[in-house]
Order: sequence, then C-alpha cells, then structure tokens
Amino acid sequence: MNIELRAAPFEPLVELARYQSGLDESQSGQYGATAILIGTMRDANDGATVSGLTLEHYPGMTERYLQRSVVSAFQQWPLLDVLLIHRVGALQPNDPMVLVAVWAAHRAAAFAGCRFLMEELKSNAPFWKREDTAAGPRWVEHNTPG
Amino acid sequence: MAVQIKYFASLRDRLGRAGDRLEVVDGLTVAGVWATLWPDTPLPPNTLTAVNLDYADLAQLVADGDEVAFFPPVTGG
Repeated sequence: MNIELRAAPFEPLVELARYQSGLDESQSGQYGATAILIGTMRDANDGATVSGLTLEHYPGMTERYLQRSVVSAFQQWPLLDVLLIHRVGALQPNDPMVLVAVWAAHRAAAFAGCRFLMEELKSNAPFWKREDTAAGPRWVEHNTPG
Repeated sequence: MAVQIKYFASLRDRLGRAGDRLEVVDGLTVAGVWATLWPDTPLPPNTLTAVNLDYADLAQLVADGDEVAFFPPVTGG
C-alpha cells in the first residue's frame, strides 16, 4: 500500500502503471478487480469560472488521517492493495487532483473500498480548496455531494 | 509549558494569524482554549477541532505540550 501527498503535478495513469508492475511481482494471480478513481480539477464551480486552485492541508494530521482511512478500508473489505495519491499546493484546470486505486479479488470489495476512500478524503481528511476566480480568491465552503 | 494552537484555511484568514500559544490552566478544554483567546468572537458554526492531530470535541481536556487546531469544514478530493 502507498499513500502520498504530492506538491507537484503528477500523471495518474503513469503512477498506476508503475505501481501495477510492482504488484504483478508480489501479488501475481491474486487480484481480479481494480477500481480506480481519478479526480481532476474543473474550470468552473458554483457559477464562476475558476482559473486556478490551491489545496491546503494540515501537515501531520492529513497524512495520519489518510493512513487510518486505508487501514479502515482493509478492515472492512478483503482488499489486496491500495494506492492513494493526493495533490497539495497550486493546481491548474485539468490537473489531476487525486488518484485512488484499490485491488481486490472481486469487484464488490474493490468498488466499495475505492468509494469509501474517496468519501473519506472528500468529507473528513483535512484538505481545503481555495479557488481563483475573476472576482478574486475564495474558499470552497462545501464539496459537491457524491 | 503551554499548548500550541493552529488555525487553517478561511478561519486563519478571518482571524488574521496562523496560530497562538496559551498557558494551560486546570480543566482547560478545547472550547476553553477558544474562549480564552477569542473572548469577543464566538466559534464559527461548523468549526472542526483537533487535538494532537486527531479530531476532538469541544469538551476534550487539553494538557501541556498539546497541539490544538481549529479549522472550517474540509473540502478535499
């Protein structure tokens, strides 16, 4: 399992391929389902054009919260592996913001684990979005319901 | 010894600083930390609180060396 906060842009599909190749050696033949969610920055929100976004986090607590969420996912479903990468810092529209990949023997656990981790990092992990709009910067007050 | 206080995101902007330091007294709670530091500013509704990097409620006691954080609802992902 791997959990990372990234301060620079990343390519989710490249990260996924790299991680998958390592997994092929250690868990070859065991997983039958991989569920993936890639979150990407949109160029509009709440009726305004958004030209940039800054993701703030709470160093120490954010990592700890994500770690616990992944442990909790492993306790709730029979998962084989998890890769979770979340951006922090300055993003541009179309930049990948988050990658959650979950490997399991069967799809039910993979889907459920991926969904759980996405909801945890959207609703509970300490991250905050500040958007740049034509009227100036503004803090996002709430996420869109999943 | 004292507790370290941190503020994040829109709450930090609103308060105009990123943190504080407060000497501990007996029976000090998370709510008491806020009330001592900001006697004229009610804690904004929906503010989340943490002690030593874990979510905590307002009634939790704080001790020397603790880190207490106040922040708005989270918006990750």
